[in-house]
Amino acid sequence: MSGRASGVGVGLIRKIRSAGRVAEPAGDRGERLPQAAGLAGSVQVRHVDAGSCNGCEIEIGQAFSPVYDIERYGVRLVASPRHADVLTVTGPVTVNMASALRKAYEAMPEPRLVVAIGDCAKDCGVFAGGHGVAGPVSDVVPVDAQVPGCPPEPDAIVAALRGLTGR
Amino acid sequence: MTPWLVAVAQAALLALAAPLVVGVTRAVPARLAGRAGGRIAQPWRDLCKQLRKQPTSPADASMFFVAAPAVMMATSLIVAATGPFIAATSLFGGADLIVVVGLLLLGTVALALAGLDTGTAFGGMGASRAMVIAALVEPTLLLAVFALSFRVGSTDLSRIVAAGATEPARVFTPASLLAAAALAIATLAETGRIPVDNPATHLELTMVHEAMVLEYSGRDLALVEWAAALRLSILLGLLANLFAPWGVATSLDPMWLAVGAAVFIGKVCGLAALLSAGEVWTAKLRLFRVPELLAGSFFLGLLAVLASAILA
Repeated sequence: MSGRASGVGVGLIRKIRSAGRVAEPAGDRGERLPQAAGLAGSVQVRHVDAGSCNGCEIEIGQAFSPVYDIERYGVRLVASPRHADVLTVTGPVTVNMASALRKAYEAMPEPRLVVAIGDCAKDCGVFAGGHGVAGPVSDVVPVDAQVPGCPPEPDAIVAALRGLTGR
Repeated sequence: MTPWLVAVAQAALLALAAPLVVGVTRAVPARLAGRAGGRIAQPWRDLCKQLRKQPTSPADASMFFVAAPAVMMATSLIVAATGPFIAATSLFGGADLIVVVGLLLLGTVALALAGLDTGTAFGGMGASRAMVIAALVEPTLLLAVFALSFRVGSTDLSRIVAAGATEPARVFTPASLLAAAALAIATLAETGRIPVDNPATHLELTMVHEAMVLEYSGRDLALVEWAAALRLSILLGLLANLFAPWGVATSLDPMWLAVGAAVFIGKVCGLAALLSAGEVWTAKLRLFRVPELLAGSFFLGLLAVLASAILA
């Protein structure tokens, strides 16, 4: 039992050594948003899926993974809109999610920013005209920045959020 | 230097260093996971930004919600000012073990009441979990230090640390080994670290500390997070100074105080790095198994008291 347990520990040390640093070198920073100047290098993000196919969620997950490692630029995901400075929204806003999105936005303390991620958030994408679709994100809450793409690459999401932290 | 000046300097040093200690506990696992990781000063950036934002208050909240951040910060600052961190002199006589544990518990209870006060499901769930953990941790904290107080004949933490610093041979006893193990587990539970709570997760079903602070924002959130960071530094500092009291200033000579401050920061950062590296190898316990772990640590504390009473 103890032999196996120590084996697992040593194996993990070996794995940590052989993996080394997996974070890729930084790409270009996105355009600096003047509204985000007061955040001074610290951005707490709350994410709302307003009706996305989850393609954008996978890419956002990658942006926070060890490879793209957006946390090094001062971006952190938080558990509550009350803690957040930035709301990231994906997908066309469905009828059932419109009021939830509005409530999440209103729960955030001022100053608050919204980043619409993906083509659906921008103009409903392939879902435009669907019977359950209320409209793009900008119809429900004011949008400060957009990341185009279906889905956008993690690099594009990292660049847009770095435009908010300014780092 | 007067004792009052030392107390203020000690509180200021801990308050300034506490967010950096949290930064260390985030940087170490990030490096081990192959990340570049945030900067060690990132928690300070977060705090400064939150302090500038306007707080919001839920519709049903009362004075408990408003008062909790101030109560938490005030109790932590009092412990930071009077505890034996840089200097172990009993000149201001406030660092009694029972007072320190009581003050820390007061902060815990204030936050649990605030969690209940928000009227949300998660707030109440977090509060009930925090109270279960606190009820099991506080007796362990008391017992573990009682075991050390036997050899000094006083529950004054400063005198315990000073006795350890002047007579190093008395630090390495079976009783203090048992007490160190008990206090280490109690520290993990009290500060919400793995395996009791996971500070990095935002999964609603498992969180304890974070479930209570979900409704805080802006300035209030900054105070709660700052106080939580301060409590981590306080408990790590107590652990370091009770079981490795070298470098603690036993007089109020400015040079020794400077040495004491440097050694203290080194010890706390080292412990924080060790703690967060250890978290890479451990998983969070199921909530229903946490009482077993804490009962085990209580038993270690009890054995420590028995050992010091019989062997002393």
